[in-house]
Amino acid sequence: MALTEDKGERHPRAPLAPWLRGTLVTLGSISVTMLGLLLVTFVIGRVMPIDPVLAIVGERASQSTYDAVYEQLGLDKPIIVQFLYYLGDVVRGDFGMSLLNARPVSEDIARVFPATLELATLGTLIGVFLGVPLGVIAAVRRGSWIDQIARVVALVGYSMPIFWLGLMGLLIFYGILGWVGGPGRLDIFYQDIVPSRTGMILLDSAIAGEWGVFRNAFSHIVLPASLLGYYSLAYISRMTRSFMLEQMSAEYVTTARVKGMSERAVIWGHAFKNIRVQLITVIALSYANLLEGSVLTEIIFSWPGIGSYITTALLSADMNAVLGGTVVIGLIFICLNIFSDLLYKVFDPRSK
Amino acid sequence: MSDMTLRQWLLTDAPTSRRHARLASLYKGWLSLRSNTMAMFGLGILVALLLMAFLAPILAPHDPYAQDLANRLLPLGTEGHVLGTDSLGRDILSRLIHGSRITLYIVTLVALIAPLAGLLVGTIAGYTGGWADVVLMRITDIFLAFPRLVLALAFVAALGAGIENAVLAISLTAWPPYARIARAETLTIRSSDYISAVRLQGANPIRIITKHIWPLCISSLIVRVTLDMAGIILAAAGLGFLGLGAQPPSPEWGAMISEGRRFILDHWWVATMPGLAIFTVSLAFNLLGDGLRDVLDPKDGGQ
Repeated sequence: MALTEDKGERHPRAPLAPWLRGTLVTLGSISVTMLGLLLVTFVIGRVMPIDPVLAIVGERASQSTYDAVYEQLGLDKPIIVQFLYYLGDVVRGDFGMSLLNARPVSEDIARVFPATLELATLGTLIGVFLGVPLGVIAAVRRGSWIDQIARVVALVGYSMPIFWLGLMGLLIFYGILGWVGGPGRLDIFYQDIVPSRTGMILLDSAIAGEWGVFRNAFSHIVLPASLLGYYSLAYISRMTRSFMLEQMSAEYVTTARVKGMSERAVIWGHAFKNIRVQLITVIALSYANLLEGSVLTEIIFSWPGIGSYITTALLSADMNAVLGGTVVIGLIFICLNIFSDLLYKVFDPRSK
Repeated sequence: MSDMTLRQWLLTDAPTSRRHARLASLYKGWLSLRSNTMAMFGLGILVALLLMAFLAPILAPHDPYAQDLANRLLPLGTEGHVLGTDSLGRDILSRLIHGSRITLYIVTLVALIAPLAGLLVGTIAGYTGGWADVVLMRITDIFLAFPRLVLALAFVAALGAGIENAVLAISLTAWPPYARIARAETLTIRSSDYISAVRLQGANPIRIITKHIWPLCISSLIVRVTLDMAGIILAAAGLGFLGLGAQPPSPEWGAMISEGRRFILDHWWVATMPGLAIFTVSLAFNLLGDGLRDVLDPKDGGQ
């Protein structure tokens, strides 16, 4: 997404410093986008065919109980007031109670989110460490066998349903070969050994020095993380390749070569240096996509993250939980988008 | 007219009529697409898929809904059930063949709704400019900034599970890129001389947009749609897999994987075959889309 300049507005020539004005525009754009997200989730919550009052009081409640809860939820207020209430709740981090376990949705999300974060981070790391070199080599040796392989890898990544690939991975590496741990984050034997500090088991067990737990956790995460890493790799290697191709045909590269610089220095010292900013924005986008893409992966691997949380809530019509999860993923997604946009503006001198 | 002369007529440098020129440029595009082996491979798969969907009742060896519990979970290559049977004894091959209809149905609907909505928003924003442009594009940006699958999940949750609602949810998350493209095209077209000429002749904005701007936006939208098809198929299959798209006993491919998932370790083919089908079709769309982009939009292609 791009932050469009506010060309519609006509400011009188206010003595605003350009950076201040830029910051204000960006902040305005962020808040409008987030407001939009909340408006959409609010509307979804209102058009759903489930009666929120009935879901709380049950079918047999008396009319007076029903009315009391109706009022308590603020449903008797005008819709715009209800939306303002909703905004206020979200700003305070209150997504309402889960209808399923009667606990605050925000607590549930805080509990499951580290699992998703751990998975998506490892996946992105795999994607970056394999995808970037692959993309660079594919661009430098354009048309060679390694370029063809990179092309096929990306094409297959774009065409394969992630949940199916996950199932096949489980079948082969867990069912047949037995190389990796099965679904879940840990074997039962290892559960609840290390105290939860960060909620990310790899980190927690490393901090506690429990290497047996660490190894077990690693054997469980390696397959889903590689799966996400593959999708991230497909995207990152493609983008790296096209960025590099653009640089390699630039005149400064020819100049560097004519000066007698080694090919390695030309590629990594000159061309690669110039695509770093673009690359970081791509990586941020890919990270955002993985946070979202982990929904299906988490279900395949029974991974207790936010994706599993949302879908479980969905199947039991627990709308507060669904919308809370959607808002959290949406906000992170928007933040990463904006972060990559900003980065681009700050580090690319041409955009100034 | 013999083949040779028809070819010459199509390849002429001096077309005699507007229709002639249009046919000639289509033919040249087709020739250049034909030289792209991978794109033709993709096209071949898609033609086969169309035929399969069209002739499903004739091609399918069994009724896709007929249960036969005595013959459940038969392995691949069983006589009479080439791809085996699922947990209710239904023939997997027949279900795959009938499932192609559902896939095509979803893809076609989304491929109509999303680009049309995007075209409408993009051209109106681009042509009117001013506040309408700012507001419409801001809405587009907001939708672009959303996580697509999660938003589609929330939509389906609100609307209720089912194919039509899945189509609606996917379209709602798929239109913004089309609006962007259409707006960009409109901005370049809008200031051209022939639009001023039409306007001076007294054409109203609706006529200008529908008759003079839309036709020029179509080709870039088509490329984008073809490239998006694979994503649409994967999204639909994902919703089906989660139980939010087509409902059982419908032979939708994603839902079939979900059914087969329980037996993955002992009866792997039940989930594997529909996955291969999804993969093949979305690969075909990706190959064709790449080829079409090279033909219709040479500036982006070739890299």
